[in-house]
Amino acid sequence: MVMQNNTDDDRRYNESGIEILPLYTQEEVAASKVSGADDDDIGNPGQYPFTRGIHKEMYRKRPWTMRQYTGFGNAEDTNERFKYLINTGNTGLNVAFDLPTQCGFDSDDDMAKGEVGRVGMAIDTLADMEIAFDGIDIQNVTVSLTINGTAAIMIAMYLVMAEKRGFDLKGLRGTCQNDILKEFVGRGTWIYPVEPSVRLVADTIEYCAKNVPLYSPVSVCGYHIRESGATPSEEIAHAFCIAKAYLDEGLKRGMEIDEFAYRMSFNFNIFGQFFEQICKFRAGRRLWARILKKQYGAKNAKSMWLRMIAGGGGSGLTIEQPENNIVRGAYYALISALSGAQTIALCCYDEAYTIPTQKAQRLSLRTMQILIEEMGLTDTVDPLAGSYYVETLTNQMETEIIRIMDEVDKRGGIVKLIGDGEIQSHVSRGAYQHQKQLESGEFRKVGVNCYQVEEDDQVVEMHPYKIEDAEKQEKRLAKIKQQRDQASVDMALEKLGTAAAGTDNIMPYLVEAVKVYATVGEMNQVLTAVFGRYREPDIFKDSTNVAAE
Amino acid sequence: MSRTGKIKILLAKPGLDGHDVGAKVVARALIDAGFDVRYTGLRQSPEDIAVAARDFEADVIALSILSGSHTPICRRLKVMIDEYQLSDCLWIVGGNIPAEDHQSLRQIGVDAVYNTSTSLSDIVAAIKEKTIGYAK
Repeated sequence: MVMQNNTDDDRRYNESGIEILPLYTQEEVAASKVSGADDDDIGNPGQYPFTRGIHKEMYRKRPWTMRQYTGFGNAEDTNERFKYLINTGNTGLNVAFDLPTQCGFDSDDDMAKGEVGRVGMAIDTLADMEIAFDGIDIQNVTVSLTINGTAAIMIAMYLVMAEKRGFDLKGLRGTCQNDILKEFVGRGTWIYPVEPSVRLVADTIEYCAKNVPLYSPVSVCGYHIRESGATPSEEIAHAFCIAKAYLDEGLKRGMEIDEFAYRMSFNFNIFGQFFEQICKFRAGRRLWARILKKQYGAKNAKSMWLRMIAGGGGSGLTIEQPENNIVRGAYYALISALSGAQTIALCCYDEAYTIPTQKAQRLSLRTMQILIEEMGLTDTVDPLAGSYYVETLTNQMETEIIRIMDEVDKRGGIVKLIGDGEIQSHVSRGAYQHQKQLESGEFRKVGVNCYQVEEDDQVVEMHPYKIEDAEKQEKRLAKIKQQRDQASVDMALEKLGTAAAGTDNIMPYLVEAVKVYATVGEMNQVLTAVFGRYREPDIFKDSTNVAAE
Repeated sequence: MSRTGKIKILLAKPGLDGHDVGAKVVARALIDAGFDVRYTGLRQSPEDIAVAARDFEADVIALSILSGSHTPICRRLKVMIDEYQLSDCLWIVGGNIPAEDHQSLRQIGVDAVYNTSTSLSDIVAAIKEKTIGYAK
C-alpha cells in the first residue's frame, strides 16, 4: 500500500464517515472489494451488476429526461406553466400539488384555508386533473405525480383522465411518488397509520402491474430522508430497506418478483460532495441489482435496474448570496450526469426563498442543456469508471450501505423502526449535528460561515400568491358538487368504505368514485373513517428533556 | 402539573406544512439549552395550538412555518391566543419568512421573527433574554 502521510489533524472524511486518502492506487481498489461479492464489480454498462449504467449506450442514445418540478395555483395556471416548460425543452413533467391535496382536504375545507394553490396545484376532482393536462401529450411528455398521502386517489384520477383522453392504459408511462414510508421520516404528508398506508401502496403496485404495466406506481425516495438529515449512505440504505418492504408486500399478494419489480423507481438527492455523490449512485445501482438477483431471485434484468431520478439538491442551497446557488446547481447537474440517472430535476437558485420563477426554472433547464449540447457529457458512458478513487469509494459506499441495511434489519426492520419513530429520531439528530457543525465552522459552507458579505435585502423575486386562484378553485368545486349525480357519488363512496374495511384492492373502487366526480376530501374521509389517523411518535426520547408532569 | 423552574416552550407546526427538519433541530437545541420543550408534531390547527399551550402552561409559543402561509396562520392563531388568554406568552415565529412580512407579523402580535438562516445560538440567546422572569 502507498504510504499515506496522514497525521491525526489532517485526516479527512466524507459525510458518510469514510476516510478519504490523499492518493488512491489499484491496491486500494483491490483492498476495498465488497465482501461476498462474487460477480464482476465493474462490468459493462447494460450488464449485471450495472455499476456503469442500466443501459448499454446510456445518454449517447437518449439524454436524461429533464423534468422540472412545477405546479401552483389552480389547474389552469399549472397547465399554462406546463406548456411553457415543454416549449423551453423539458421532456417530462414533475407535478407539484398544494398541501390540502397532498393531505386529503378539499379546497373548501377549514384546514385548507390559506394553503389552496400555495405550494402546488389544487386538485379537488377529476375536473381539475382534466384541465391540468389539457392539450398535453402525456404519452410523449411523461408525467410524474409528486404525491404520497393521497397517491392512490391521484393515480386513480390520472388514469381515468388518461383513459377519457383516449390513451391506452396498457401503453401509458408515467410515475407517481407514492412512497409513504419516507413521508413519516421527512416531508410529512402522511394521513393514515403506517400499516394501512403501506397497504395502499401495495394496492397501487398490484393494480398497476395488472392494468397499467408500463406505469411506475412508486418512486422510492432517499431524497427526503437525506434532506431530513441523513448521510448519503443512510439515504440509499433507508430507501433500499423501504423499497424491499414494498417488494415484500407485492410478494405477499401472490405476485412473482419479475411481474412488478421492474416498475419500481427511485428518487435520490444530489447535494453534497462531488465524488461521494457519484460513488453513492454507482454503489447503489450495483447493490440494488445484487439484492434483486440474490435475495429475490429476479430473472428479468429490468427488475434489477436502479431506475432513478437524481435531482433537487435544495438542502445544499443557501439564503445567503443566492447567486452562488446557480453555480451549485451546475455542479449538482454534473453529478447527476456522471451518475447515470434516467431523469434529472434540478433545483432552482431561488428556491431557498420561494417557488421558482419562470426565469429560474429556465436557468436550471439551460444548465442541463449546456451539459448535453456543449460539454460532451452524453458522448460516452460512465466516463469515471476505472479511476482508482472512484472505484474504491464505490466499493466503500456499497459496504457502508450494506452495513446500515443490516443494522436496520437487526433492529426489527424499517417498517417497525419508522412506526416507533426510531429512524425519525436518528435522522433528526443528524440534522442537529450538521447545524451545529455549520455554526461552529467545522462544516464549511460558502457565504454562510466563510466568505460572507454584506448583502442587499432582496435579490430574489418572490413568487406571488394569488388569493383569487383559491377563490376560483372553491367556486369550481361548488359547481361540480352541484352538477354531479350525488346518488352515484354516495354509492361509490359507500363501496369504497366497504372495500377499505375488507381486504379487496381499493384501486378499482377509487377509480369508480373518481369517475363520478367524488372529491379528494370525500374519498379521504371514507378511508380515514376506516383506517384512522397517524399519530407522530415522540422522537426526543433520547434527548435530555424532562417534561414536567 | 408542577413547574420545574424551566422556561416552557410549546413548539408547534401549524397548518399543513410538512417541513419539520428545522423545527426538530430547534427543539433539540432548546432542550440542550435547558428549556422544557413540548413539540406538537405536524398539522396543528390554531385551536390545537392554543389548547396545547394552555395545557402545557407554556411561557413561549413558537411556530415553525415554511409554506408561505405565515400571515393567515398567525391571524387565526391570534384569535385563539386571545380566546384562551395566552397573550402573556412570548410568541415567536421561525421559517421561510420574507423580510417584508416581518412587520405585519409583529402587528398581528408576534414578538419576534426568525429566518431559516438564524443560528441556533442566536435563537437560544434571544429566548433567554426575552423570558427573564417568566418561569414561576
